[in-house]
Amino acid sequence: MVLIGVALIVIGFAFRLNSLVVVTVSGLITGLIGGLSITDIITQFGEAFTTNRYMSILIVTLPVIGLLEKSGLQNQAAKLVSKIKAATAGRIINIYLLIREIGAALGLNSIGGHPQTVRPLISPMAEGAAEAKYGKIPKKDKEDIRAHAAAADNIGLFFGEDIFVAVGGILLMKGFFDQNGIDSDPIMMALWGIPTAIFAFIVHSIRLHRFDKKLKQKFSPKNAKIRNGTTIRM
Amino acid sequence: MIFSVEFIYIIMGIIGLCCSFYTFMDKANTHRIQSGLFYFIYAITLLFGKVIPPFYIGVLVIIMVIIVGMGGLRKGEYGEATEQERETSRKRLGNLLFLPALLIPILTVIGSKLLGGIKINSMVLFDPENPTLVALGLACIIAIITAMALTKSTPRTTIKESRRLLEAIGWAVVLPQLLATLGTIFNKAGVGEVVSDVVTKVIPEHSLFWGVFVFLIGMALFTLVMGNAFAAFPVMAAGVAIPFLINNFNANPNQIAAIAMFAGYCGTLMTPMAANFNIVPAALLDLKDKNHVIRVQAPTALIVLGFNIILMYLLIR
Repeated sequence: MVLIGVALIVIGFAFRLNSLVVVTVSGLITGLIGGLSITDIITQFGEAFTTNRYMSILIVTLPVIGLLEKSGLQNQAAKLVSKIKAATAGRIINIYLLIREIGAALGLNSIGGHPQTVRPLISPMAEGAAEAKYGKIPKKDKEDIRAHAAAADNIGLFFGEDIFVAVGGILLMKGFFDQNGIDSDPIMMALWGIPTAIFAFIVHSIRLHRFDKKLKQKFSPKNAKIRNGTTIRM
Repeated sequence: MIFSVEFIYIIMGIIGLCCSFYTFMDKANTHRIQSGLFYFIYAITLLFGKVIPPFYIGVLVIIMVIIVGMGGLRKGEYGEATEQERETSRKRLGNLLFLPALLIPILTVIGSKLLGGIKINSMVLFDPENPTLVALGLACIIAIITAMALTKSTPRTTIKESRRLLEAIGWAVVLPQLLATLGTIFNKAGVGEVVSDVVTKVIPEHSLFWGVFVFLIGMALFTLVMGNAFAAFPVMAAGVAIPFLINNFNANPNQIAAIAMFAGYCGTLMTPMAANFNIVPAALLDLKDKNHVIRVQAPTALIVLGFNIILMYLLIR
């Protein structure tokens, strides 16, 4: 019965209804099925909304990023990399993935993040590198580059952070095993994360390399000639 | 304590409040009253979350959702800088422009690692509950002041620019908080137990490979549904890992833990339920498809999930 709430979420997201509305309706219905009263549910909404205010911390970064963008930060980031011949969109994102993953493994989670690093620096650098090579590129492909930059931030963070011993996930699992009377060691948990962390880095690096190839095939002037027959893409 | 997390929420609330005033006054926005109200109410919940009783915060949240549901949240006019203005100031400042942006991570790391435990007159400097968050907030405040001085901007311009970004994110800004709420309600209603019941029913008794398979796919699926791998671990470990893998097959709990959490993260990479990782960035980067980041992440997530299943199987065998 309580899975109706889950089903509502799946249907809502599948039909691309507004997520806020879908989530709220699912919460109300799941709560009612679970035997909570309307007042209880609304109180629950308020309580959880307040305790999770930390999730919206990105708001404090907006003034800095806004001002810098107005003053041409993104242009400067693009300009900086356009001078480097070897720079490609995929390589820049790949270097960021490496920095992000190693940083997280050392407990430095705050060196990255979408509002403070990806939007103002990494994604304009990657876009800039692509445009320096191929000239103006369509919005659709720019969006692909940006999505890749955002993805690298997540992948680097997730597969890096569990290698750091004092991170929430490791402590939670240690606590859980303790409760169940099973011996475990946070340092060994962190070390056994390393194979997956390395594997994830390799897989994603290969994908970024292929992304570069795709861009090259699509926009390189030589290829454009072959593909379009007589017309040369600007 | 001198700087608490609440202090950072108040700064966030003030930014939101100031932005909402500009939204109310934006004649280019056809729904400026409703749109302004959305950001105004959100600012109130940030500012007074600790003072207003939860029931009333809940009512305010539902009003925000109704505004969005009825299409009341629209974008406005921001008087954006022209390409030429941007170029002029870029030429003047050059690489100095990076300074405020780099100050945020550098000061956050210094603040949380070095100043975390410091006391002044027997008062702790940062909230011990969450020193990183406080450090990030303070780093941003210093970066804001630096950026204003560097670009010679007034507080008015600063707020206007913040509003441009805030409205670009739009309703997605409250989605992570609302999803966390849904997670709490799912927990109360026992959704987790139901999911693990379904999963544990399908394990064939003596096959180690299928046990590992069900456990790790279960971690990923549970995370897909709940949006949070931390919530998945206790449920799936109690349901499958301890009785089946650890007690029956003598698996090493450290290996189980490390690999299981990563399997959960593979789920996180593929779900809109983890909004602050997947949906908010899509809004922030102005992507047309809100699931674009998920689409990019999914192949890596699936390959790594497969690797985790094989790795855990080989380690236990």
